[in-house]
Amino acid sequence: MFRLEARPAPSTLARWLAPLGALLLTLLLAAVLFAQLGQSPLHAFAVFFLRPLDGLYGIGEWLLKATPLMLCGLGLALGFRASVWNIGAEGQLTVGAIAAGGLAIHFDGSDSAWLLPAMAGAGVLGGMLWAAIPALLRTRWQTNEILTTLMLAYVAPLLLAWLVNGPWRDPAGFNFPQSIQFGESALLAPLLAGTRLTVAFPLALGLAVLCWLFLRHAYLGFQMNIAGQAPAAARYAGYSPARTVWVALLVGGGCAGLAGFAEVAGPLGQLLPSVSPGYGFAAIIVAFVGRLHPLGVVLASLLLSLLYLGGESAQMELGLPASITGLFQGALLFALLACDTLVHYRLRRSR
Amino acid sequence: MNDWLPILATTLAAATPLIFAGLGELVTERAGVLNLGVEGMMLIGAVSAFAVASSGGGLLLGTLAGIGAGMAASALFALLVLHCLANQMATGLALALFGVGLSAFIGRDYVSHVLDGVSGYTLLDGLPPLDPFIVGSLGLFALVQWFLYRSRGGLVLRAVGESPSTAHALGYPVRLIRWAAILFGGACSGLAGAYLATDYTPMWVEGLSAGRGWIALALVVFATWKPARLLAGAYLFGGVTILQFHGQALGLAVPSQFMSMLPYLATIVVLTLISRRGHAIRLNAPASLGQVWHPDS
Repeated sequence: MFRLEARPAPSTLARWLAPLGALLLTLLLAAVLFAQLGQSPLHAFAVFFLRPLDGLYGIGEWLLKATPLMLCGLGLALGFRASVWNIGAEGQLTVGAIAAGGLAIHFDGSDSAWLLPAMAGAGVLGGMLWAAIPALLRTRWQTNEILTTLMLAYVAPLLLAWLVNGPWRDPAGFNFPQSIQFGESALLAPLLAGTRLTVAFPLALGLAVLCWLFLRHAYLGFQMNIAGQAPAAARYAGYSPARTVWVALLVGGGCAGLAGFAEVAGPLGQLLPSVSPGYGFAAIIVAFVGRLHPLGVVLASLLLSLLYLGGESAQMELGLPASITGLFQGALLFALLACDTLVHYRLRRSR
Repeated sequence: MNDWLPILATTLAAATPLIFAGLGELVTERAGVLNLGVEGMMLIGAVSAFAVASSGGGLLLGTLAGIGAGMAASALFALLVLHCLANQMATGLALALFGVGLSAFIGRDYVSHVLDGVSGYTLLDGLPPLDPFIVGSLGLFALVQWFLYRSRGGLVLRAVGESPSTAHALGYPVRLIRWAAILFGGACSGLAGAYLATDYTPMWVEGLSAGRGWIALALVVFATWKPARLLAGAYLFGGVTILQFHGQALGLAVPSQFMSMLPYLATIVVLTLISRRGHAIRLNAPASLGQVWHPDS
């Protein structure tokens, strides 16, 4: 049989190959599942991964869906590096959407060029505010942030549901739980004719570069890395643990809030009872598959976005259940964790 | 008297899934393993129980299917954590996310189907019929309490949680004991899901457990890893849901969405209250909780 033997140092090669191995394992599972559901795996793969990218509109949708995943994933990766486990990006995104949408509703009819930047700012602040609650509880009373961020992720959609059912419901909307359609000045214009892609995508790419610079060259970024990898060393060096928690959560919340703004001012164009099909949770997978590295997060967000599109395409063309996307997302993370074994250990044949 | 019975019944019913899942996670954590995937195991258990029960399998078979499915899900976790030596936190998160996806996939044909639910049996004339799940949750509590503090096996399990290397050196099979603890946690979460899907709700919708798995995790911390305090905490939470269901009758004119927030907000408040007393957590948390353990190290 085989046994695991600890490597003297983690293998960098295995670290970057693990996501590819995980993808292969997930595709293998997908092939089996497609066959079980009575589909030819090859044809199903074509529908799942190639059909959505057919033409300019498809590519636009791909990048459009990757944007919130990338934004949330970048913020989460920064926090995970410092061992701050913010898993409530979904709630922070929702509050960002509420804050941005609230401005759009309040200033409906205004044609000020400042409305959109103000909405973006409100989105970021909204997300930060939602993340500040767990940060305060953690730094003051040591409350576990995993559970508080997640609980708040259940609260935020309820707040949104109340708003669109009550005070912010469109009076001319036939009692549907939704807000008014935002005016022209509160909407992001398409970047390319023939797509729905907005400026949020290049903005997210820019943020990825900023994150990379921060982690690579800023002293604070260095401190956060140390806090995650060697907490005792960070304490000994006198790095403030409270500051690490605050920065990690505020950056994570701000990025998620910006994603919420980009959703309501972009593809949605109004507040609906649900503003995200689980982007905030999928972003956890994005961060891990992207190896908590900004470049990796960009690539992983493109992969997870393709899974969303593939699920829709498989539902329309093959009649497969849309929930298959969530199944693949979870399987991808499981497979990654299994492959990650080889980062710290190597297989040895035991006699 | 009669006015209080429905309120009591609501409290007991709402506390029951938290007791099941909480006791299971408590035993798992006492063996030093942190399984954050309770929500996922609960959902997988719920959908399996519902599928079997509503396809004519009956309630008992459905419940057994829920327990089995919860165990199968936890076996996946055990394999990764105990054999691939994966990070427990990340693996638990993966299980939670995977459970949401898998349960939605399995349950796609059952959405909004309704079951008859469990009819209770009457113990004494004049008392309301008792739900077998509610009685079972109390039985499980007694069992766990006895096992952890009154049996040799419980002592060994706690030793493994405090110091796996010492237990290993004494010749106890650490990995095997942790396997058993994880499977027990999975079975309990599956049972909690089965109760939700076949009795409490009783129907299937995506994300049926609505965060109860996470609340159960918080309860284990609140209980400082002691079964009796977990029971008390679960009834406290059951009490919070009274406001949700009987709030209107009590004359509270608050929108329903705010009422629905209560369990989540209560979890945050309760968790913060206990975390303020940091020494209570540091003294009682199993010393090896969440750490990877490898026999050679």
